[in-house]
Amino acid sequence: MQEILILKIVVRFVIPFIQVYGFYVITAGHLSPGGGFAGGTIVAASMVLYALTFDAHQGLEKLSHERASIFESLGAIWYVGLGFLGVLVGGNFLTNGQIGIPLGTPGQLISGGLIPLLSFGIGIKVAVTVVSLYYSLVEED
Amino acid sequence: MRQIIPVLLTLILGLALLLVVAEMPPFGDPDNPAHNIVSERYLSQGVSETGAQNIVTAIITDYRAYDTLGEVTVLFAAIAAVLTVLNRLRLGVICPEDRERGIEDEDAGDPDSKDSC
Repeated sequence: MQEILILKIVVRFVIPFIQVYGFYVITAGHLSPGGGFAGGTIVAASMVLYALTFDAHQGLEKLSHERASIFESLGAIWYVGLGFLGVLVGGNFLTNGQIGIPLGTPGQLISGGLIPLLSFGIGIKVAVTVVSLYYSLVEED
Repeated sequence: MRQIIPVLLTLILGLALLLVVAEMPPFGDPDNPAHNIVSERYLSQGVSETGAQNIVTAIITDYRAYDTLGEVTVLFAAIAAVLTVLNRLRLGVICPEDRERGIEDEDAGDPDSKDSC
């Protein structure tokens, strides 16, 4: 692969900002437009950008298939586990305010009860899904 | 003649779809069937019941969280299926009949790959 110095330096500079923005969209999903799906895709886009600029193998070193499958499963288990929290307390599956979880002041970052935690799980799940899909499609050997 | 039949079919289908669109309720009308008690409840009680300012997030992760669980499950099943198929191709664990049907594999000469067939 041809060495493109400008591209590599610019991408190395831009990727942290993309990831911070992605995590901002995930964590502020209950305050502004966004949420787990959108933010997870932004985080995934930064990692796809890394693999596009450098090499798919270098990207795989950052997030191998084994690690990706662990994160995938953790995201789904996190979501379902938060759902069973309602059952343990005595309410319905995946309830939030009805089982007495403090909702906080609307508009604050820590508010909405389980909603930010659920968004976090969705965000991890979506990010790892998109990235591992990309890696497995571009990986040739 | 062969070209006329698809064009006619497309025209008939398009006409049917246009008739359906013409029957749809006008955009933004307060008497629309979508503006029922459910959406009223979401908009008036959403902030106090969920604590989330963004009503879309409040709906997809609180009121309809079970639906979102389905979406997460669909994502999980989709990526599991894709990785299963692609890993089989990559590891060479694929039968010769499949290879003849056009699925090319770099590890075709690998003797280990023929054990599974």
